[in-house]
Amino acid sequence: MKTDDLVSMLATGAAPVERHVAAKRFGWALVLGALGALAVVVTGYGVRSDIAMLLHVPLFWAKVAWPACVAIAALATVARLGRPGKPVGGWWLGLATPLALVWLAALLLLWLAPPGMREHLLLGRTWRSCSFNIALISLPALAAALWAVRGLTPTRLRLTGAIAGLMAGTIGALTYCLRCPEMSVPFWATWYLIGMSIPTAAGALLGPRVLRW
Amino acid sequence: MIREASAEPVRPVEERLRTLLMHALAGDVAAYRAFLQDLTGHLRAFLRRRLRHLEHDVEDVVQEILLAVHNGRHTYRPDEPLTVWVNAIARYKLADHLRARSRREALQEPLDDDDELFAVSDTQPALARRDVLKLLDLLPERQRLPIVHVKLQGLSVEETSRVTGMSVSAVKIGVHRGLRALALKIQRTYR
Repeated sequence: MKTDDLVSMLATGAAPVERHVAAKRFGWALVLGALGALAVVVTGYGVRSDIAMLLHVPLFWAKVAWPACVAIAALATVARLGRPGKPVGGWWLGLATPLALVWLAALLLLWLAPPGMREHLLLGRTWRSCSFNIALISLPALAAALWAVRGLTPTRLRLTGAIAGLMAGTIGALTYCLRCPEMSVPFWATWYLIGMSIPTAAGALLGPRVLRW
Repeated sequence: MIREASAEPVRPVEERLRTLLMHALAGDVAAYRAFLQDLTGHLRAFLRRRLRHLEHDVEDVVQEILLAVHNGRHTYRPDEPLTVWVNAIARYKLADHLRARSRREALQEPLDDDDELFAVSDTQPALARRDVLKLLDLLPERQRLPIVHVKLQGLSVEETSRVTGMSVSAVKIGVHRGLRALALKIQRTYR
Protein backbone atom coordinates (compact mmCIF):
# COMPACT_ATOMS: atom_id res chain seq x y z
CA MET A 1 0.00 0.00 0.00
CA LYS A 2 1.32 3.41 -0.92
CA THR A 3 1.62 5.98 1.80
CA ASP A 4 -0.86 8.27 0.03
CA ASP A 5 -3.39 5.47 0.07
CA LEU A 6 -2.77 4.86 3.74
CA VAL A 7 -3.38 8.55 4.40
CA SER A 8 -6.67 8.33 2.50
CA MET A 9 -7.62 5.24 4.39
CA LEU A 10 -6.92 6.81 7.78
CA ALA A 11 -8.74 10.01 6.90
CA THR A 12 -11.79 8.38 5.33
CA GLY A 13 -14.69 8.28 7.73
CA ALA A 14 -12.55 9.51 10.61
CA ALA A 15 -15.09 10.33 13.29
CA PRO A 16 -14.69 13.27 15.65
CA VAL A 17 -12.60 12.25 18.63
CA GLU A 18 -14.59 11.85 21.80
CA ARG A 19 -13.35 14.06 24.58
CA HIS A 20 -12.06 12.68 27.85
CA VAL A 21 -12.05 9.10 26.57
CA ALA A 22 -8.95 8.29 28.58
CA ALA A 23 -10.25 9.94 31.75
CA LYS A 24 -13.45 7.89 31.54
CA ARG A 25 -11.43 4.73 31.08
CA PHE A 26 -9.35 5.52 34.14
CA GLY A 27 -12.48 6.28 36.11
CA TRP A 28 -13.87 2.88 35.26
CA ALA A 29 -10.58 1.20 36.02
CA LEU A 30 -10.45 2.78 39.47
CA VAL A 31 -14.02 1.80 40.26
CA LEU A 32 -13.59 -1.77 39.01
CA GLY A 33 -10.20 -2.15 40.70
CA ALA A 34 -11.55 -0.88 44.01
CA LEU A 35 -14.65 -3.07 43.81
CA GLY A 36 -12.49 -6.08 42.99
CA ALA A 37 -10.20 -5.33 45.92
CA LEU A 38 -13.17 -4.86 48.20
CA ALA A 39 -14.64 -8.17 47.07
CA VAL A 40 -11.38 -9.98 47.87
CA VAL A 41 -11.13 -8.40 51.32
CA VAL A 42 -14.74 -8.91 52.29
CA THR A 43 -15.08 -12.47 51.05
CA GLY A 44 -11.51 -13.66 51.54
CA TYR A 45 -10.36 -11.96 54.71
CA GLY A 46 -13.27 -10.24 56.41
CA VAL A 47 -13.35 -6.67 57.67
CA ARG A 48 -11.98 -5.76 61.11
CA SER A 49 -14.78 -5.90 63.64
CA ASP A 50 -13.67 -2.65 65.31
CA ILE A 51 -13.62 -0.69 62.04
CA ALA A 52 -16.35 1.73 63.17
CA MET A 53 -14.33 2.69 66.21
CA LEU A 54 -11.19 3.14 64.13
CA LEU A 55 -12.87 5.91 62.17
CA HIS A 56 -12.31 8.13 65.20
CA VAL A 57 -8.62 7.29 65.52
CA PRO A 58 -6.32 9.83 63.84
CA LEU A 59 -3.57 7.23 63.44
CA PHE A 60 -5.93 5.14 61.31
CA TRP A 61 -6.43 8.09 58.99
CA ALA A 62 -2.70 8.60 58.78
CA LYS A 63 -2.44 4.98 57.74
CA VAL A 64 -5.05 5.54 55.02
CA ALA A 65 -3.62 8.88 53.93
CA TRP A 66 -0.24 7.44 53.05
CA PRO A 67 -1.29 5.04 50.27
CA ALA A 68 -4.01 7.52 49.25
CA CYS A 69 -1.39 10.20 48.56
CA VAL A 70 0.73 7.73 46.61
CA ALA A 71 -2.38 6.68 44.69
CA ILE A 72 -3.12 10.24 43.58
CA ALA A 73 0.47 10.81 42.52
CA ALA A 74 0.61 7.48 40.69
CA LEU A 75 -2.61 8.26 38.84
CA ALA A 76 -1.32 11.65 37.74
CA THR A 77 2.04 10.16 36.75
CA VAL A 78 0.61 7.33 34.73
CA ALA A 79 -1.79 9.67 32.95
CA ARG A 80 1.20 11.76 31.90
CA LEU A 81 3.32 8.79 30.89
CA GLY A 82 0.43 7.73 28.69
CA ARG A 83 0.64 10.84 26.56
CA PRO A 84 3.59 11.08 24.16
CA GLY A 85 5.98 13.90 24.96
CA LYS A 86 4.28 14.88 28.21
CA PRO A 87 6.85 15.26 30.99
CA VAL A 88 6.01 13.80 34.38
CA GLY A 89 7.80 16.70 36.03
CA GLY A 90 6.83 17.51 39.60
CA TRP A 91 4.75 14.40 40.03
CA TRP A 92 7.89 12.36 40.67
CA LEU A 93 8.18 14.45 43.79
CA GLY A 94 4.53 13.74 44.50
CA LEU A 95 5.36 10.05 44.50
CA ALA A 96 8.52 10.39 46.54
CA THR A 97 7.24 12.74 49.25
CA PRO A 98 4.71 10.45 50.96
CA LEU A 99 7.25 7.64 50.87
CA ALA A 100 9.92 9.83 52.38
CA LEU A 101 7.59 11.15 55.08
CA VAL A 102 6.48 7.69 56.16
CA TRP A 103 10.05 6.48 56.28
CA LEU A 104 11.12 9.50 58.26
CA ALA A 105 8.31 8.97 60.76
CA ALA A 106 9.11 5.26 60.95
CA LEU A 107 12.79 5.82 61.64
CA LEU A 108 12.01 8.48 64.22
CA LEU A 109 9.57 6.20 66.05
CA LEU A 110 12.03 3.32 66.01
CA TRP A 111 14.74 5.57 67.34
CA LEU A 112 12.54 6.90 70.13
CA ALA A 113 11.11 3.52 71.08
CA PRO A 114 12.66 1.48 73.90
CA PRO A 115 14.92 -1.18 72.35
CA GLY A 116 12.68 -3.99 73.47
CA MET A 117 9.73 -2.54 71.56
CA ARG A 118 11.47 -2.04 68.25
CA GLU A 119 11.03 -5.51 66.93
CA HIS A 120 7.34 -5.45 67.68
CA LEU A 121 6.93 -2.04 66.01
CA LEU A 122 8.56 -3.36 62.87
CA LEU A 123 7.11 -6.85 62.67
CA GLY A 124 3.77 -6.53 64.46
CA ARG A 125 1.88 -9.80 64.47
CA THR A 126 1.17 -10.15 60.77
CA TRP A 127 4.38 -9.26 58.93
CA ARG A 128 4.55 -12.67 57.31
CA SER A 129 1.28 -12.28 55.44
CA CYS A 130 0.78 -8.52 55.08
CA SER A 131 2.74 -7.86 51.87
CA PHE A 132 1.40 -10.95 50.20
CA ASN A 133 -2.17 -10.02 51.12
CA ILE A 134 -1.79 -6.53 49.69
CA ALA A 135 -0.36 -7.92 46.47
CA LEU A 136 -3.20 -10.40 46.15
CA ILE A 137 -5.87 -7.80 46.85
CA SER A 138 -4.42 -5.50 44.22
CA LEU A 139 -4.63 -8.07 41.42
CA PRO A 140 -8.03 -6.93 40.05
CA ALA A 141 -6.81 -3.34 40.21
CA LEU A 142 -3.64 -4.30 38.33
CA ALA A 143 -5.65 -5.78 35.50
CA ALA A 144 -7.93 -2.73 35.46
CA ALA A 145 -5.03 -0.27 35.53
CA LEU A 146 -3.21 -1.95 32.65
CA TRP A 147 -6.46 -2.01 30.69
CA ALA A 148 -6.90 1.72 31.28
CA VAL A 149 -3.35 2.49 30.17
CA ARG A 150 -3.94 0.51 26.99
CA GLY A 151 -6.34 3.28 26.03
CA LEU A 152 -3.42 5.69 26.10
CA THR A 153 -0.20 5.76 24.11
CA PRO A 154 2.77 5.40 26.44
CA THR A 155 6.25 5.53 24.95
CA ARG A 156 8.09 4.16 28.01
CA LEU A 157 6.33 0.88 28.42
CA ARG A 158 8.22 -0.62 31.34
CA LEU A 159 8.06 2.53 33.44
CA THR A 160 4.41 3.11 32.61
CA GLY A 161 3.59 -0.48 33.51
CA ALA A 162 5.40 -0.07 36.81
CA ILE A 163 3.51 3.08 37.79
CA ALA A 164 0.21 1.51 36.75
CA GLY A 165 1.18 -1.41 38.99
CA LEU A 166 1.98 0.98 41.83
CA MET A 167 -1.43 2.57 41.42
CA ALA A 168 -3.00 -0.88 41.71
CA GLY A 169 -0.83 -1.57 44.75
CA THR A 170 -2.09 1.53 46.51
CA ILE A 171 -5.67 0.43 45.90
CA GLY A 172 -4.74 -2.93 47.40
CA ALA A 173 -3.09 -1.28 50.40
CA LEU A 174 -6.00 1.09 50.97
CA THR A 175 -8.48 -1.74 50.91
CA TYR A 176 -6.33 -3.90 53.15
CA CYS A 177 -6.61 -1.16 55.81
CA LEU A 178 -10.14 -2.49 56.37
CA ARG A 179 -8.64 -5.75 57.55
CA CYS A 180 -5.12 -5.07 58.77
CA PRO A 181 -4.78 -5.02 62.58
CA GLU A 182 -1.41 -3.26 62.62
CA MET A 183 -1.21 0.32 63.84
CA SER A 184 2.53 0.90 63.80
CA VAL A 185 4.14 3.32 61.35
CA PRO A 186 7.37 1.30 60.93
CA PHE A 187 5.21 -1.69 60.07
CA TRP A 188 3.39 0.16 57.26
CA ALA A 189 6.60 1.74 56.02
CA THR A 190 8.03 -1.73 55.50
CA TRP A 191 5.35 -4.28 54.75
CA TYR A 192 2.87 -2.04 52.99
CA LEU A 193 5.68 -0.76 50.85
CA ILE A 194 6.79 -4.27 49.96
CA GLY A 195 3.17 -5.20 49.28
CA MET A 196 2.77 -2.30 46.86
CA SER A 197 6.12 -3.07 45.25
CA ILE A 198 4.95 -6.50 44.11
CA PRO A 199 2.26 -5.22 41.70
CA THR A 200 4.70 -2.47 40.71
CA ALA A 201 7.25 -5.09 39.66
CA ALA A 202 4.53 -7.10 37.94
CA GLY A 203 3.49 -4.00 36.00
CA ALA A 204 7.09 -3.39 34.97
CA LEU A 205 7.38 -6.95 33.72
CA LEU A 206 4.06 -6.89 31.88
CA GLY A 207 4.31 -3.35 30.51
CA PRO A 208 6.50 -3.98 27.45
CA ARG A 209 4.23 -6.81 26.35
CA VAL A 210 0.80 -5.57 27.32
CA LEU A 211 1.09 -1.85 26.61
CA ARG A 212 2.48 -1.95 23.06
CA TRP A 213 0.52 -0.01 20.49
CA MET B 1 7.07 20.19 13.56
CA ILE B 2 9.90 17.91 12.77
CA ARG B 3 12.38 20.15 11.00
CA GLU B 4 13.11 19.79 7.35
CA ALA B 5 16.65 20.61 6.30
CA SER B 6 15.65 22.80 3.40
CA ALA B 7 12.59 24.24 4.72
CA GLU B 8 10.32 26.78 6.27
CA PRO B 9 10.74 27.98 9.80
CA VAL B 10 9.36 25.62 12.39
CA ARG B 11 6.69 27.77 13.97
CA PRO B 12 4.41 28.32 10.97
CA VAL B 13 4.48 24.58 10.30
CA GLU B 14 3.53 23.90 13.90
CA GLU B 15 0.72 26.44 13.68
CA ARG B 16 -0.61 25.13 10.39
CA LEU B 17 -0.50 21.48 11.41
CA ARG B 18 -1.98 22.19 14.79
CA THR B 19 -4.90 24.08 13.27
CA LEU B 20 -5.50 21.23 10.83
CA LEU B 21 -5.38 18.66 13.58
CA MET B 22 -7.76 20.61 15.78
CA HIS B 23 -10.29 20.68 12.95
CA ALA B 24 -9.64 17.02 12.28
CA LEU B 25 -10.27 16.05 15.89
CA ALA B 26 -13.59 17.84 15.66
CA GLY B 27 -14.54 15.65 12.69
CA ASP B 28 -13.31 17.57 9.62
CA VAL B 29 -12.13 14.79 7.30
CA ALA B 30 -10.62 17.09 4.69
CA ALA B 31 -8.53 18.83 7.33
CA TYR B 32 -7.43 15.47 8.63
CA ARG B 33 -6.34 14.33 5.20
CA ALA B 34 -4.39 17.55 4.72
CA PHE B 35 -2.82 17.14 8.14
CA LEU B 36 -1.68 13.58 7.43
CA GLN B 37 -0.36 14.49 3.99
CA ASP B 38 1.58 17.42 5.33
CA LEU B 39 2.87 15.36 8.22
CA THR B 40 3.98 12.59 5.87
CA GLY B 41 6.45 14.92 4.16
CA HIS B 42 7.97 15.95 7.46
CA LEU B 43 8.17 12.40 8.70
CA ARG B 44 9.85 11.27 5.51
CA ALA B 45 12.53 13.95 5.80
CA PHE B 46 13.01 13.16 9.49
CA LEU B 47 13.45 9.46 8.77
CA ARG B 48 15.65 9.89 5.70
CA ARG B 49 18.16 11.58 7.94
CA ARG B 50 17.92 8.99 10.68
CA LEU B 51 17.79 5.88 8.53
CA ARG B 52 20.60 6.84 6.19
CA HIS B 53 21.75 3.24 5.90
CA LEU B 54 18.27 1.83 5.76
CA GLU B 55 16.68 3.83 2.94
CA HIS B 56 14.36 0.99 2.13
CA ASP B 57 12.81 1.11 5.56
CA VAL B 58 11.86 4.79 5.42
CA GLU B 59 8.46 4.40 3.83
CA ASP B 60 7.54 1.51 6.10
CA VAL B 61 8.36 3.52 9.19
CA VAL B 62 6.51 6.55 7.81
CA GLN B 63 3.44 4.36 7.58
CA GLU B 64 3.94 2.95 11.06
CA ILE B 65 4.15 6.45 12.49
CA LEU B 66 1.09 7.65 10.58
CA LEU B 67 -0.91 4.74 11.90
CA ALA B 68 0.40 5.44 15.41
CA VAL B 69 -0.52 9.11 15.16
CA HIS B 70 -3.99 8.09 14.04
CA ASN B 71 -4.45 5.55 16.82
CA GLY B 72 -3.14 7.94 19.44
CA ARG B 73 -4.76 11.15 18.23
CA HIS B 74 -7.08 11.28 21.23
CA THR B 75 -4.04 11.77 23.50
CA TYR B 76 -3.12 15.10 21.91
CA ARG B 77 -4.12 18.08 24.02
CA PRO B 78 -4.64 21.37 22.21
CA ASP B 79 -2.73 23.35 24.84
CA GLU B 80 0.46 21.43 24.18
CA PRO B 81 2.99 21.81 21.37
CA LEU B 82 2.24 19.44 18.53
CA THR B 83 5.95 19.15 17.72
CA VAL B 84 6.68 17.52 21.03
CA TRP B 85 3.79 15.11 20.74
CA VAL B 86 4.56 13.99 17.19
CA ASN B 87 8.27 13.78 17.94
CA ALA B 88 7.67 11.47 20.87
CA ILE B 89 5.51 9.18 18.75
CA ALA B 90 7.98 9.20 15.85
CA ARG B 91 10.91 8.35 18.12
CA TYR B 92 8.96 5.60 19.83
CA LYS B 93 8.03 3.99 16.53
CA LEU B 94 11.51 4.44 15.10
CA ALA B 95 13.10 2.82 18.14
CA ASP B 96 10.57 0.03 17.93
CA HIS B 97 11.35 -0.52 14.29
CA LEU B 98 15.10 -0.59 14.83
CA ARG B 99 14.77 -2.92 17.78
CA ALA B 100 12.66 -5.38 15.81
CA ARG B 101 14.99 -5.07 12.85
CA SER B 102 18.14 -5.79 14.82
CA ARG B 103 16.47 -8.74 16.45
CA ARG B 104 15.57 -10.11 13.05
CA GLU B 105 19.02 -9.46 11.67
CA ALA B 106 20.66 -11.22 14.56
CA LEU B 107 18.85 -14.28 13.31
CA GLN B 108 19.36 -13.71 9.62
CA GLU B 109 21.75 -12.10 7.19
CA PRO B 110 24.09 -9.23 8.03
CA LEU B 111 23.28 -5.69 6.91
CA ASP B 112 23.63 -5.21 3.20
CA ASP B 113 25.63 -2.01 2.90
CA ASP B 114 25.82 -2.15 -0.89
CA ASP B 115 22.27 -0.90 -1.01
CA GLU B 116 23.52 2.53 -0.20
CA LEU B 117 25.40 2.92 -3.50
CA PHE B 118 22.28 2.60 -5.55
CA ALA B 119 19.93 4.45 -3.30
CA VAL B 120 18.06 7.15 -5.09
CA SER B 121 18.03 10.40 -3.20
CA ASP B 122 14.81 11.97 -4.32
CA THR B 123 11.94 13.34 -2.37
CA GLN B 124 9.50 10.92 -3.93
CA PRO B 125 8.10 8.28 -1.68
CA ALA B 126 9.80 4.97 -2.05
CA LEU B 127 7.52 1.98 -2.19
CA ALA B 128 6.72 0.56 1.15
CA ARG B 129 8.04 -2.97 1.30
CA ARG B 130 5.33 -4.32 3.47
CA ASP B 131 1.78 -4.10 2.27
CA VAL B 132 -0.65 -2.88 4.90
CA LEU B 133 -3.52 -4.21 2.78
CA LYS B 134 -2.20 -7.74 3.03
CA LEU B 135 -1.88 -7.42 6.79
CA LEU B 136 -5.52 -6.46 6.88
CA ASP B 137 -6.38 -10.01 5.84
CA LEU B 138 -4.86 -11.28 9.08
CA LEU B 139 -7.44 -9.44 11.17
CA PRO B 140 -10.60 -11.18 12.38
CA GLU B 141 -13.73 -10.47 10.32
CA ARG B 142 -15.30 -8.25 12.96
CA GLN B 143 -12.38 -5.85 12.54
CA ARG B 144 -11.49 -6.43 8.91
CA LEU B 145 -14.98 -5.86 7.46
CA PRO B 146 -15.58 -2.51 9.18
CA ILE B 147 -12.17 -1.28 8.01
CA VAL B 148 -12.74 -2.45 4.44
CA HIS B 149 -16.17 -0.84 4.20
CA VAL B 150 -15.67 2.34 6.21
CA LYS B 151 -12.02 3.16 5.62
CA LEU B 152 -11.37 1.74 2.16
CA GLN B 153 -14.72 1.89 0.37
CA GLY B 154 -15.86 5.01 2.15
CA LEU B 155 -19.24 3.75 3.31
CA SER B 156 -20.79 5.37 6.35
CA VAL B 157 -20.94 3.51 9.62
CA GLU B 158 -24.70 3.02 9.17
CA GLU B 159 -24.31 1.66 5.64
CA THR B 160 -21.60 -0.68 6.84
CA SER B 161 -23.84 -1.84 9.62
CA ARG B 162 -26.53 -2.67 7.05
CA VAL B 163 -24.13 -4.44 4.67
CA THR B 164 -22.43 -6.53 7.32
CA GLY B 165 -25.29 -7.09 9.72
CA MET B 166 -23.11 -5.78 12.53
CA SER B 167 -24.48 -3.20 14.94
CA VAL B 168 -23.42 0.43 14.53
CA SER B 169 -21.34 0.38 17.67
CA ALA B 170 -19.73 -2.93 16.67
CA VAL B 171 -18.66 -1.31 13.39
CA LYS B 172 -17.13 1.66 15.21
CA ILE B 173 -15.34 -0.57 17.68
CA GLY B 174 -14.20 -2.83 14.86
CA VAL B 175 -12.55 0.05 13.02
CA HIS B 176 -10.93 1.35 16.17
CA ARG B 177 -9.61 -1.97 17.46
CA GLY B 178 -8.75 -3.15 13.98
CA LEU B 179 -6.44 -0.22 13.33
CA ARG B 180 -4.74 -0.77 16.67
CA ALA B 181 -4.36 -4.46 15.91
CA LEU B 182 -2.97 -3.55 12.51
CA ALA B 183 -0.25 -1.45 14.13
CA LEU B 184 0.80 -4.45 16.23
CA LYS B 185 0.73 -6.76 13.19
CA ILE B 186 3.03 -4.37 11.38
CA GLN B 187 5.58 -4.61 14.17
CA ARG B 188 5.41 -8.35 14.03
CA THR B 189 6.20 -8.49 10.31
CA TYR B 190 9.67 -7.38 11.31
CA ARG B 191 10.19 -10.20 13.73
